[in-house]
Amino acid sequence: MADSDLANLSDQLALGAVLLYVVAMVGYALDLGFGRRRAGSAETERAEREAPAKVLVGTAGAETTETTETAKAAGAPAEGSEDDEPATERDWGRFAVLINVLGWGAHLGMLVTRGWAAERWPWGNMYEFLSAIAFAAVTAFLVVMARYKARFLGAFVMLAAVVALGVATIWLYTPVGPLVPALKSYWIAIHVSAAIVATGAFTVAGVSTVLYMLRSRRPAGETGGGTLALLPGADTLDRLAYKVTMFAFPIWTFAIIAGAIWADEAWGRYWGWDPKEIWSFVTWVIYAGYLHARATAGWKGRRAAVISLLAFAALLFNFFGVNYMFSGLHSYAG
Amino acid sequence: MTETRQAPAAEAVPQGREPRPRGLGVTGWLRWGWRQLTSMRTALILLFLVALGSVPGSILPQRGQAPERVVEYLDEHRTLGPWLDRLSLFDVFAAPWFAAIYILLFVSLAGCVIPRTRQHWRAMRSQPPAAPRVLSRLPQSARYETDRDAAEVLAEARRLLRGRRFRVADGDGSVAAEKGYLGEIGNLAFHLALLVLLFAVAAGALFGYRGNIVLTEGSGFANSLAYYDQFTPGRQFSPDRLAPFSLRLEDFRADYVKDGERRGQPLDYSATVHYRERPDAPEKTYDLRVNHPLAVGGAKIYLLNHGYAPRFTVRDGQGNVAYRGAMPFLPIETRTYTSEGVIKAPDARPEQLAFQAVFWPTAVADTRNKQVLSAFPAPLNPTVSLMTFKGDLGLDSGTPQSVYRIEGIGKTLQPVRGGARLLRQGETFTLPNGAGSITFDGTQEWISLSVNHDPGRLPALAAAVAAILGVIVSFMVRRRRLWVRATPGKGGRTVVEVGGLTLGNPTAEFEDVVAALRRDEPRAPTGSDDDTEE
Repeated sequence: MADSDLANLSDQLALGAVLLYVVAMVGYALDLGFGRRRAGSAETERAEREAPAKVLVGTAGAETTETTETAKAAGAPAEGSEDDEPATERDWGRFAVLINVLGWGAHLGMLVTRGWAAERWPWGNMYEFLSAIAFAAVTAFLVVMARYKARFLGAFVMLAAVVALGVATIWLYTPVGPLVPALKSYWIAIHVSAAIVATGAFTVAGVSTVLYMLRSRRPAGETGGGTLALLPGADTLDRLAYKVTMFAFPIWTFAIIAGAIWADEAWGRYWGWDPKEIWSFVTWVIYAGYLHARATAGWKGRRAAVISLLAFAALLFNFFGVNYMFSGLHSYAG
Repeated sequence: MTETRQAPAAEAVPQGREPRPRGLGVTGWLRWGWRQLTSMRTALILLFLVALGSVPGSILPQRGQAPERVVEYLDEHRTLGPWLDRLSLFDVFAAPWFAAIYILLFVSLAGCVIPRTRQHWRAMRSQPPAAPRVLSRLPQSARYETDRDAAEVLAEARRLLRGRRFRVADGDGSVAAEKGYLGEIGNLAFHLALLVLLFAVAAGALFGYRGNIVLTEGSGFANSLAYYDQFTPGRQFSPDRLAPFSLRLEDFRADYVKDGERRGQPLDYSATVHYRERPDAPEKTYDLRVNHPLAVGGAKIYLLNHGYAPRFTVRDGQGNVAYRGAMPFLPIETRTYTSEGVIKAPDARPEQLAFQAVFWPTAVADTRNKQVLSAFPAPLNPTVSLMTFKGDLGLDSGTPQSVYRIEGIGKTLQPVRGGARLLRQGETFTLPNGAGSITFDGTQEWISLSVNHDPGRLPALAAAVAAILGVIVSFMVRRRRLWVRATPGKGGRTVVEVGGLTLGNPTAEFEDVVAALRRDEPRAPTGSDDDTEE
């Protein structure tokens, strides 16, 4: 197949992925709205409410601070029960997952054909980069869903993926082409891939944190109406965001370090406070702050979540703001 | 600042607002201040200040990166500029206030990590803590009865837990076990590695140097201060640290996309250089490319930029050669490599001559706008336009001049009437009124090189790798404590209680241990279940 055919195929697969994600989004939303309210979630919340009552007499005095943390976590096994929900007549959840996986396949195909057409890693410009981040976010969501039964995130992650792919296709589209010399290095596979994976995971954590912020406005256990009541408990959301951030943070650290090694190869210094470097550092520092805050009395909960959202904002700014507002060594992407 | 997992016993208090010391004297205040500094709250605030403090570095031009843009900015903002400058906002990462923030942060970090390292060292060498009285109140617990006697159960538990690489200690009718020390080791290693990283970066900046050199094809340099166009030494640098290598540029090639939408986009740059490690060493050849620096004598040499250096011969009114050479021009548009530059001929008589020139590598006529354009960045049809000036170049005044600019136009230098001309390669322009001539002899290319020596590079890399391994280990390994207690129960049976405490979220390991303990038991209705069911 000629390169131009492959490139066209890539563009069509992008369109296909968007359409499938839109359908999946609707499916997930229907699942949230009309899927049988799981007994499991109620169970989880009940366990969470009761758990802190089990005050532990610390064995070494040091334990007292994290007792509540651990005790809350004790509710975790109950989460599993939502999976046991009996198949409803229309199982929107399963339908959404199926469509989502199909969309993911189209998305993967889009990246592969793009890379094939260009005969290089398909992250050489903003269009490719954003598409890959959307792919990483969807992948991270699928993994999180499989591991932590977090189907409730589906509609929101699909929305984010559709917006990202839409922005990429409408405003950032760049025809297939070769790389500028500065990007010709095997480090692009290491540094940029790590940045993409971390950004995708941070996106899922961000979605979970936003939902946590919305959910935690209502005191735990109070069952009110509205869409929010369809979500799992605030603690579940908070814990999920934390776990995903813990996964993404070392990868982000690695991306920065790999970038520094590459910068040392390409520009003659490993760290030069280029705008991109500054903002990835800022992002790293704020996420580090979040990880610490979440384990600190007086900061955990909503305050920590605000920090996490700040970090995510810095991450987004690093991607869009830095590339379009500042001139720096990373600005070939514009 | 590393209270992520575990508040050290000594620091259990400073979470909240501590009462201020009253009448404690200097020592009391110092201790209070130290505890404030090493508290997590302070560390968090300092972290945010570091993040916040970095932001102006990306918004305002910085001296370290683009000194010329700082000058420009100061020029444009006459009132605001000096104030920003007073706050070191054009030098954020070398600013005293920025240093204050990160030094405080690192002192806070050290003040937390070092005591914790000691504490963890002790914990690793001491016995696991004895079983709490009521195991059923632990986050994970189980209870069952068995026919085996207590001693047998405990012996089995010991064997099992040792087999699972727990550290095991005997209590009164109970067994205590602990594992997962690696998590805290990783955590401490991460934070200590950050301290090492800071020192490595600082050492590199102190003892290293960085310099820029422009070379045209055929020219070379020796590694001494005289050759550098720009040189930034570290504070502890001395010129005898310059390794005695030399380098000569033979040829530079740039490849561009030849057609299609991306016509003119660069594909590859490559410079053939010859170098000697020492003056008496044999000459070697290297293909210098972007992403492929040349390592020589402890320094690294990078290909940073390139451009055109048209070659001219200038003859003065008396027919003597007043200038002959290749003059680097600066690209004004990188897509087409339209460049500009000046040629100065101070030796020209009776009057000195100067030319302001624009260079088009592939000149084409834009008929509609009646101007010349460059259609391609490679030199397919090199053409220059010249403006001639004569008079006094002002080179004898003692003030240093840029080689890229002519000073004193309209004052000491006057434009020559009829002195503007478009010249293709090989052509000669005879100046009016017998003032002389200029010949466009050919086109060469120049490259700019960055020579960089940073002794902190490898230590920084090692610290960064340690940091990342540390953070991964600390996230993956959690400290787990497990207790088994066996007491004689009714009817000669033995009641076994198991309790588990994991930092962070519980793991499935607890259930595995309980299942293994009960492997030989028939399923008893008394049940061993996770306590969440209760």
